[in-house]
Formats: sequence, C-alpha cells, structure tokens
Amino acid sequence: MLKRNVPLLITALVGVFLIVANFFPSLSAMSEDFTVFFGIIAAMAFVLGGGSLLKVHLKKISDRNAGWAFSLIVLGTFAITLAVGLLKIGVPPNPTFPDKPWSGSVNADGTAFEWIYEYALKPLSATMFAMLAFYIASAAFRAFRAKNIEAILLLGTAFIILLGRTFAGYYLTSWIPIDGPFSGLRIEELSVYIMQVFNTAGSRAIIIGIALGIASTSLKILMGLDRSYLGGGN
Amino acid sequence: MSMVDRLANIDRRWIFLMMGLAVAVPIIYIGITGKTLPEQPTPLAQAAFDEIDKLPVGSRILLAWDFDPASEGELGPMASSFVRQCCQKGHRMYFLTLWPVGTQMIQKSASLVIDGFYPDLEYGTDWVDLGFKAGNEAVIKTIATDFGQMFPNDARGTPIESIPMMEGIASISSFDAIINVSAGYPGSKEWVLYAATPYKKPLLVGCTGVQAPQMYPYVPLQVQGLLGAIKGAAEYESVVNAWVRRHTIETILEEADVDAADAETMTTSFLADSGDLTAWLATPAAGGLTAAKRTALSDAVDGDEPGIFLEAQRRMGPQLVAHLLMIGLILAGNAVFFVTRRRGGVR
Repeated sequence: MLKRNVPLLITALVGVFLIVANFFPSLSAMSEDFTVFFGIIAAMAFVLGGGSLLKVHLKKISDRNAGWAFSLIVLGTFAITLAVGLLKIGVPPNPTFPDKPWSGSVNADGTAFEWIYEYALKPLSATMFAMLAFYIASAAFRAFRAKNIEAILLLGTAFIILLGRTFAGYYLTSWIPIDGPFSGLRIEELSVYIMQVFNTAGSRAIIIGIALGIASTSLKILMGLDRSYLGGGN
Repeated sequence: MSMVDRLANIDRRWIFLMMGLAVAVPIIYIGITGKTLPEQPTPLAQAAFDEIDKLPVGSRILLAWDFDPASEGELGPMASSFVRQCCQKGHRMYFLTLWPVGTQMIQKSASLVIDGFYPDLEYGTDWVDLGFKAGNEAVIKTIATDFGQMFPNDARGTPIESIPMMEGIASISSFDAIINVSAGYPGSKEWVLYAATPYKKPLLVGCTGVQAPQMYPYVPLQVQGLLGAIKGAAEYESVVNAWVRRHTIETILEEADVDAADAETMTTSFLADSGDLTAWLATPAAGGLTAAKRTALSDAVDGDEPGIFLEAQRRMGPQLVAHLLMIGLILAGNAVFFVTRRRGGVR
C-alpha cells in the first residue's frame, strides 16, 4: 500500500507545485531547483540504462535464446567502450594541467575513445541511416499504389515534393515566367506552397491534438488515475 | 514470361542496385568534374541568412548542435555554413549540444571551418565549446534562467569565469540569436518551446527532411529561418558562399581606402568580369594593397570555392537522380499493378 501510495503522492504534489509555480514568479526559484533535480535524475538514468542493458542481454545469453551471439557482441562492445572512456585510455593530459595524467578529454584526437567513435560508431551509424534509401526504393515499387482518390492525391503530392526538392522541379517548369500570373504553378513554388499551407494546417491540427492529449494524460497521472508509470502491470 | 510478369516478380536486389547506382554515379561524376547544380534560395533559406546578417558585429550566437553521425551527411553541410556566416560576420559563437555524440559534431565544425578558414579567431574570445549536457529539455529550461548552473565549465574543463566571452552570460536572454541543427529529440521543437518562444529570441533551425514538416507550423513567428534537409542546406550554402565572396572583396577594397559605396559597385563589376579587377590592380588606386592582399582579392573574385562549402550543393546531384528513380519506380509499380489487376490477378 505504502509502496504504491508514496510515489503517487510525490507525483501529485510535485506536479501540482510546478503548475502553480508557473503562475507565481516568487516560486520560480524553487521550480528551477526541480529542473536541476530532473537533470540529476537524467544523469542517473544512464547508469540505470546500463544496468538494464546488462540484465536483458545476460539473460538472453544464459537462456541461449535466438540471436544470443548478438547479445554477446552488444555486451562486449559496451564493456570495451565503457572501459576505454572511464579509464581514459590514451588520453593526453590537459595542456593547462600537464602534470595531471587524467585531466585531458576523452574526445581529444588520438585517444582510444575517439578511435572507437571515428572507426566504429560513425561508419556504423551512417550505414544504418543510408540503408533507408534502399528500402524506400523497394517500397516505392511495391507499396505506393494509386488504389483510390486519397492514394492518388498522396502520390501526386509526393511527386511534386520529390521533384520540387531537386533541380528537376526548377528545370521542368522553368518556361513559366517567374514574375507572371502563373508563377505559382512552377514545381518549386508548388512544393513550397504544399509545405507551407497544406502541411502547416495539418501539422498544427496534430500539434493541438497532441497538446490536448498530453494535458489530459498529465491530469490523469497527477490525479492518480493513470498509474502505468509505476510499472507492475497495474 | 511477359515484361509485366518479370517486373512484378523482380528481385528486390535489382532495385537496390539501381538505387546504389543512382547515388554512386552522380557522386563520382561530381567528384571528377566538380560541377554542381544551380540553386535558387527559397524565402526560408534567405530568411535564415538575413537573420544572422542583420545582427550587429560581435553578437552572441548560441549554436546547439543536436545531431549525430547518422544524420551528419544531411546536417553537416548546413552546420558548416552557419558557422562560416557567423565567423565571416564576426559574431561570437557559443557551441553546446544535448546529444552525447554532438560533442564530436561541434569539434568537426570547429576544426573544419574555424581552424581551417578563420585561424585568427581565438578560443574563449570569439568562440567557445561548452560541450554536452544530459537532461534534454530540462537543460534548456535551466539555462533559460541560469546558464552557469548547467555549464560551470566548458568542454575542456575550464571554469566559465576564466573564459572572457562568458562574461555577462547569465541566461538565454544574454544571447542575440539561437541556431539549432537538429536530427530529432531533443532538438528544434524543444528549443522553440522552452527557449526561443518564451524569451523572444530569434531561432534559426536546420533539421532533417523527416523533421521539417513538423517545424513549418512555427514559421515565421517562432522560427525565423528554416533549412529542411540537404535541399535547404544547399540553398543556404549558395547564399552564404556568394555573400562571403562579396564581403571578402569589399573588405579588402575598403582596406585599400576605397569608400563603401564604391567598393560595392566595384565588387559587382569584378564579379561580372574578372578583367576589371586586373585593370584596377594596375591603377595607382590599388598601390596600397600588399602582395598578399592582391592574391586574396584575386582568389575572392575568381578562385574556386573550398570543397567543404560545396558539400550540400554536391549532394543535390545524387538527390536529383535518386528522386527521379523513386518516381520511376512508383510509376512502374503502379503500371504493373493496374495491368495485373486488368488481367484478373490481385497484387
């Protein structure tokens, strides 16, 4: 009972205080303290995250679940990176404090941490992102079908944006005078118009909807009606 | 087997190959020839430039580099151009990041642009790297009112009290503008909500193509300039490059005691016809210029643009071919779909 009610009470009190503090400048200093607490908790979350990573993958390895070897690689690279960073392997001293061997930055040129970033993290991240182009191309051929009016509108818009974001858009309709009455029909102009008018209208509606949803969910959390953040499946 | 049947059952690896070639061939072609496609800046890219340009020399600019290597290909060029414009204009730059690997992005901007092209700028006086801080939007909320609480030291461990350009920096209100290059959360949206809007600071955003539609609703009151993906970067890059060229020429001419109005006219004339520069350099009016200044003037008039300031424009080539391929694939896929359906098959 206590285990569940105390967190609910803390959440409700802090939440209500922060809302009230927003309307009273005299309470702003205390409100800022809470923001600093959040920063400390966020930093601690890195430790918890590491612990959670270890727990999940160690279990997967011990149970010999499918793909357990990948978990082994995850834990190995995690341990190496952590050790290299914490032990500051290959880090030269800070020029301001030359007699303090650990005073340099792990990100300095030539350090082991920088090597891992430059030759492992960077190419792997870029490769993962670049692979999207191949899957989108495959999806373009197999999935984008003009099956109904909505799909036709979507495809038409996609064509204008795809062309408008390249030189082709400018080239194809460059014969329309830029200062004439039909300049808005130039593909690059149409592309900007779609983004600034149709997209903005739709996005604003979504943003307002999300804001109302957040307000409603926050209220439920403060009132203790939504307890999912406590975990335990209740 | 008919053509339609072959297309309907095409191995996806052929599509991957086509996309690989669509990107690789233009990269190789542009790499060999050095040619780029012309860019016409949209009002949003021009607004981003104008916002930095209209600030007085020495303004304090907060540069938040919230991206990582995964999106560096898309965002790196615009980050370089933002820094270049700030350096050329003489603004003071305060770098920070809310992304753990954003520190490397800051280091790259600093080494490529500042160390490479503006070596006279001094660390701690003209620019400072404040590094990464965990806490996402809470960091923004805190520095909005108390900068020193989150950043007591710079990324090199120097206390901010010892950094000359940190004097007078108390909160977000101490800055004249914010530039955010963002690949997601935390990023542009958080800078709009917790810094730029409540404290009425100009905010210029450079973001990925996926994020751009979410940022348009904030333009122009909360976001004054928006660069969406590599297209926005290419437009802005072309504006900055043209301006840097003009600005360099005008500055050298003014150093040779040419008055500002004449320097502007002469710059236009030199850029239209480099022969005019040769003719002017032979006149006594150019006698006050040192040999180094003469070389710098000639380079500014008809020298090649450094490669790192053409990265975005170069990437528009692969983007053009890849987009045309995508349109072709969509059309081909639909043609196959309708022919198959007419025959009575369902795909």
